[in-house]
Amino acid sequence: MSGADRIFRAVFVLYLGLFMVYLFAPLIIMGAASFNESRFPTVIPWQGTTLDWFRAMWADAAMWRSLWTSVLVAVCVVVIVVPVGTAAALVLTSLHPRARSFAYALMVSPLLTPGVVIGISTLILWRQMGVGGGIFLIVLAQATFIICYVMLMVMARLQRFDRTQEEAALGLGASRVMVFRRVLLPFLRPALLASSGLAVLQSIENYNTTLFVRGFETPLTVFIATKVRTGLTPAVNALALIIIVATVIGAIAYEIARRRNGTRG
Amino acid sequence: MGDLKNRFGGGLSTIFLALVFFWLAGMVLAPNLMMIDYALRPNLPPAALGGPDDTYSLSNILYLANEPTHRAIFLKTIWASGLVAAMTFLVCYPIAFWMAQRATVGQLSIALLLIIIPFFINEVLRTLAWFIILAYRGPLNSALTGMGIIDAPIRWQGDGGVLAAMVYAYILFMLLPIYNAIESLEKAQIEAARDLGASPWRIHTRIVIPHAKAGIATGFVFTFMLAAGSYVAPALLGSPGSRWFTEIIYNWFFEGGDWNRGAAYALVLLVLCLSAVLITLKIARVNLADVAK
Repeated sequence: MSGADRIFRAVFVLYLGLFMVYLFAPLIIMGAASFNESRFPTVIPWQGTTLDWFRAMWADAAMWRSLWTSVLVAVCVVVIVVPVGTAAALVLTSLHPRARSFAYALMVSPLLTPGVVIGISTLILWRQMGVGGGIFLIVLAQATFIICYVMLMVMARLQRFDRTQEEAALGLGASRVMVFRRVLLPFLRPALLASSGLAVLQSIENYNTTLFVRGFETPLTVFIATKVRTGLTPAVNALALIIIVATVIGAIAYEIARRRNGTRG
Repeated sequence: MGDLKNRFGGGLSTIFLALVFFWLAGMVLAPNLMMIDYALRPNLPPAALGGPDDTYSLSNILYLANEPTHRAIFLKTIWASGLVAAMTFLVCYPIAFWMAQRATVGQLSIALLLIIIPFFINEVLRTLAWFIILAYRGPLNSALTGMGIIDAPIRWQGDGGVLAAMVYAYILFMLLPIYNAIESLEKAQIEAARDLGASPWRIHTRIVIPHAKAGIATGFVFTFMLAAGSYVAPALLGSPGSRWFTEIIYNWFFEGGDWNRGAAYALVLLVLCLSAVLITLKIARVNLADVAK
């Protein structure tokens, strides 16, 4: 290795280190601040270690209400997006190739639409019909684009499906409904589970779309953003830390499940 | 269509088609068409709806072109989103190249895990993290003054803060496509170029970047679109002087009370993002199906 190479390498290792600091320092500082006694969340100066902010967060009834709203929305979203996304994948793969590319463009278009626009257009349509913002519209607006993720994941899994299995079952006298339930669905199961997990995560963490259709509801992300603007205390950091730990555990479980099934997310 | 019925029978295929129709017609097309309808009509009191004044026109969109403040914010949002994409590219490219060409299998799986974990975390929380770091009496100012780099705390909130948080938020959308693209480049090509005496700069500009063009275009498009449509970072980290186009749209709906103008502005944002996507993909000759992966 020449001298120039060695310098190049050292510079890169330094850069990689800085990159990792950039990735993790914000999260670590935010988490650490929830243990600091200081009224404004910070780590410098450290005014003493406390768990009071976790107690304050736990005792906050508004936080629990918003958590409940988010969970309710996420459950409804999963109930909609998994069947519709699966149906979309099956319909798309059975289309004639020329119709397919047009249908495909239409079906992935929600992913290319800014989240705020999805929220706005849903709000406008339903106001015409006398329905205002609230749980129902949050679910619909979020589902509009989360369906795309389910569709893509199911399609990826479908590509590895061997259709002769279906023909064999039909040949043995199974009905078409039976073939779907006993052959195709079990094969798709890993993709359905993984996409349900992704849908829950996408739903709970959504802010841009939800903001426009929330009406008088306050899901968790809206709750946190409002707190930042109106009265940030480390209790919000305590909540953030708990969400982060839960997400990381969920993410690792999801990754393990995904790698085991070999579906692309 | 016939294939669907052959495969699943009449009952199931009707259910599938109904579900897909409900999604595409009811949730994708109808809302957008209604938004366009709103955008082209004037904002009238309920009594005047359907009256002689209720005609289609471009006045709501022209209002954006003629209102100096809104126009300036719109243009700023475009170039700032482009800047976010460019900065994200600069930050990610060396990492993506290293991961795709230099890292060992072990290093690669650790790096992928470390990079993916922060992106499972909510955008609001990531923005909150930057809010805390950049606070006037926050850790960054304390550290910089403590080390003697600056004399007095700096107000980071505003354009700088928004930029830092957005680059942070969209790293994954840039890094993964570029990594995927560079990964398919044969190591032998780089070695051949080096043996023939090409400088590292030349290897990157003439071999790696052209090879990774599709991945880079995908990364740019997604980052630009996400940045232009972002609300939370400018709302929490911006200052009154650094408003974002989405904030103006929000105000039309929930403070200005003019939904028609809000719809027109949202339509402009949608057209901007879709044309950015389509033009970039056309230039880089990338297929939509490759992007969605």
